[in-house]
Amino acid sequence: MIPRSPPPREFTQSTPAKQQGALAWLHLDLPLISGLVLLCGFGLIVLYSASDQSMAQVERQLIRLGLAFIVMVVMAQVPPQQLRRWSPWLFGAGILMLIAVLIFGHTGKGAQRWLDLGLFRFQPSELMKLAVPMMVAWFLSSARLPPDWRRLLIAALLITVPVLMIAKQPDLGTSLLIASAGIFVLFLAGVRWRLIIGFMALLAALAPALWYLMRDYQRQRVLTFLNPESDPLGAGYHIIQSKIAIGSGGIYGKGWLNGTQSHLDFLPESSTDFIFAVLAEEFGLIGILALLSIYLFIILRGLYIATQAHDSYDRLLGGALTLVVFVYLFVNTGMVTGLLPVVGVPLPLVSYGGTSLVTIMAGFGILMSIHTHRKLLPT
Amino acid sequence: MPESSFKDHVRESRTLASRAIISAAVVVILLGTLVLRLAHLQITNHSHFTTLSHENRVKLLPLPPTRGLIYDRNGVILAQNLPTHSLEITPEQVKDIDQTLADLAKIITISEDNLKRFHRLRKQKRRFDRIPIRVRLNEREVARFAVNRHRFPGVDIQARLLRNYPQGESTAHLVGYVARINQQELERIDTSNYAGTSHIGKTGLEKSYEDLLHGTVGMQQVEVNAAGRIIRVLENHPPTPGQDIHLHIDARLQAMATEAFGEKNGAAVAIDPNTGGVLALVSKPGFNPNLFVEGISSAAYSALQQSDDNPLFDRALRGQYPPGSTTKPFVALAGLETGSISFEKELFCPGFYQLPNHEHKYRDWKKHGHGRTDMEKSIVESCDVYYYALAHEMGIDKMSAFLRPFGFGQKSMIDITGELRGLLPSREWKESTRNIAWYPGETLITGIGQGYFLTTPLQLAHATATLATHGVLRTPRVVKQITGATPSDMAMPLQPEPTQLPVIDQKNWDNIIFAMTQVVEGIRGTARHIRTKDYRIAAKTGTAQVFTVKQDEEYDAETVAEKMRDHALFIAFAPVEAPQIAIAVIVEHGGHGGAVAAPIARAIMDHYLLDHKKITPEDQP
Repeated sequence: MIPRSPPPREFTQSTPAKQQGALAWLHLDLPLISGLVLLCGFGLIVLYSASDQSMAQVERQLIRLGLAFIVMVVMAQVPPQQLRRWSPWLFGAGILMLIAVLIFGHTGKGAQRWLDLGLFRFQPSELMKLAVPMMVAWFLSSARLPPDWRRLLIAALLITVPVLMIAKQPDLGTSLLIASAGIFVLFLAGVRWRLIIGFMALLAALAPALWYLMRDYQRQRVLTFLNPESDPLGAGYHIIQSKIAIGSGGIYGKGWLNGTQSHLDFLPESSTDFIFAVLAEEFGLIGILALLSIYLFIILRGLYIATQAHDSYDRLLGGALTLVVFVYLFVNTGMVTGLLPVVGVPLPLVSYGGTSLVTIMAGFGILMSIHTHRKLLPT
Repeated sequence: MPESSFKDHVRESRTLASRAIISAAVVVILLGTLVLRLAHLQITNHSHFTTLSHENRVKLLPLPPTRGLIYDRNGVILAQNLPTHSLEITPEQVKDIDQTLADLAKIITISEDNLKRFHRLRKQKRRFDRIPIRVRLNEREVARFAVNRHRFPGVDIQARLLRNYPQGESTAHLVGYVARINQQELERIDTSNYAGTSHIGKTGLEKSYEDLLHGTVGMQQVEVNAAGRIIRVLENHPPTPGQDIHLHIDARLQAMATEAFGEKNGAAVAIDPNTGGVLALVSKPGFNPNLFVEGISSAAYSALQQSDDNPLFDRALRGQYPPGSTTKPFVALAGLETGSISFEKELFCPGFYQLPNHEHKYRDWKKHGHGRTDMEKSIVESCDVYYYALAHEMGIDKMSAFLRPFGFGQKSMIDITGELRGLLPSREWKESTRNIAWYPGETLITGIGQGYFLTTPLQLAHATATLATHGVLRTPRVVKQITGATPSDMAMPLQPEPTQLPVIDQKNWDNIIFAMTQVVEGIRGTARHIRTKDYRIAAKTGTAQVFTVKQDEEYDAETVAEKMRDHALFIAFAPVEAPQIAIAVIVEHGGHGGAVAAPIARAIMDHYLLDHKKITPEDQP
């Protein structure tokens, strides 16, 4: 929670540009970047253990992180007005690419997500994680806030179309993240509570209908989530083994590199989606509290940056991008601890793997840009 | 954008700040929920999940014990564990299984059955398990594979211990064999002790002494990964190997006795009367017990089962034959000890016997009779009429009661399972089992060892040994010594206390033994042709009828088919002065006991009393 006044020191430190030399020149935010470096460092330590001490895997992750940090620094240089101008074009391009994926896309792990661009393969849904909140923020901030019902309806359409296209690939995790990013923009823009409550009631009412729209494997995941023991060797295996890993970790953990569940391969996907369970097994509740503290710090810092922004577009986009990181965190940890059904969402900046890493860091780059460019704006 | 000029920046900023604070609050609440959930898993249920995690990774592997060996009295091995080589494939390490199998078939014979078995096992086992493709490789095949080994990654030769019986047929019934544990046995045995064991004793000593031979299983606690592969050994409790067993049996005596039967079937049992130790326990024909160890083919098994010679049948312990004239010394002794007759009393034998007021003629084997016959002559010449008269005089009750302590009609309690009890006829037996009254005529034929009377070769040898020791009854024992075992852990004592049968007058026993000596030494003795200068033999011949000759017919060995011919029996002990060996021999359809069975007994005695003592010291390393 953010106390309104006086704000804690750490949130206020970064304002004067001249005090921070190189960081300021690069438009970077010290508290945010400290949190991110700490998080990535912790993540690499866990990954080394989760990957069965594979230095090669750690190195590949380091290269990806390096690349992601470069993307972050690049994004930090782009002034928010520029981003705002690009928003509709980026969104349009994203929609076109999603259409292309549905027609020519490559199938990976049973889902059609990739677009082969010759040199590298590209996932347009990743682009949409940024483009959708940008577009909605652009659209809403171009008029008086809170939006009237007509604009709200158009904004809802801007969110629904790409989300449905991605859900059709099918990629439940990503469409969920994109939908939440768009909804966060609406929420931050000040949509009336009556509407919010009404929307939630509608969702609850639609849940049974959703069941019929879901694919078999998605239904299976929900069933497994409701009763993992019903299929201990099949679909429930992930959740059962993950809970065993977490529970056997206890308060202090089994110690780094000593997690039996992950090292003896009982825990599936131990370096990607289930890396949180490795951390819980080896570092215990203490380690988890440390990790969650870093996330909380980063999220609170992101929300603070959003409140300090001088422009509606900046505020809406900054806040939404920050809250999406929380969605990542909560969906992943909820899944690993058995609170939520299994949805393929990585633990942000910790899970092994590239594409989402770059998107998340690009988002932090935008946040930094929002924060460091605001002095240059005329008020 | 004209609308933007109307925007209220302060208001919008305030709205966003409040919404951001609400968001932050929700974030904190949700993270709190997450922490509560984690605390529930990691603190409240920590021990539960620790147990589950432990059960996941730690497995107990049984380490089967090595089966104990079986030796004869001279240290000759009767049952051993031989390393055999099998060719095994680890599918995980083989790139192209079909190609590998095809290449292997070029250097080692792989049958269609082998392939079928391999593919079946492959489906059951895990990818890193070794799967046998061929067992019992011979030395040439082992060598040929060794040379080509570099061409076959993931293919290995594995050495395993396989039970082997070097004496083969001659000890097949005695030692028995082991084979794969079946469902019934699984229900009976302590499955934890047999966790790593595939074979169990099925017959003979292998079955009787299973507990001692098997040993105690060891355990290895290992850490496994999710696929079940062993990562490391956490704890190791080595198995306790089975006990070695040393027998009273003389393997060469056993082999020699088997050979002495020639083409004939039958059984021979030799006992040391001083200890009760069984020196030879032969059932002819035998079979190759090694066939059963690796699993006998159904064709070979049905051939054994359906053979007219019935090789799987243990005649020594389970064969029940009418004792015939070999009963006579015991019946004679019964007559003396019960006071029914004196040794010197003479009876007249006209070649048949008739009960008072009965027409039926009970024939003597000698058509025209033996004339005046005393007890000595009755044994030496085996006069039937004398025993008809004696049995009639004594009555079935006295006779039966006297014979029972010698072991007739009851198990000898030898330390091999499966013996049958034979049948000693008595009035009570007939009335209780058949519900018919006992007829006096049945007493007569019981007196010459026919009728209902049935004995096993073991019982005959045992009774002979008891006769030789003047009534000292010793339970027959095959096992002499168990290496390492304390007597207290044994179900059967190695040397049970002997019991003394009641003796009215030692002179009676001496007289019977004297008469038995005359069977061999007398000029009219039925076994005079086995007489030897080296030691003195006491013996009795016998013939057991397989089919009954009608009242006015005559038995003619020439015209009666081999299968219908009489069984030849022979009992003996020697040396008479200090008996060291007591023998019973039965030759199925052998005709007269003195002609066929006596030479076999003589060969056994010669070997044991003469050759044995001379050869053994030099033969033994």
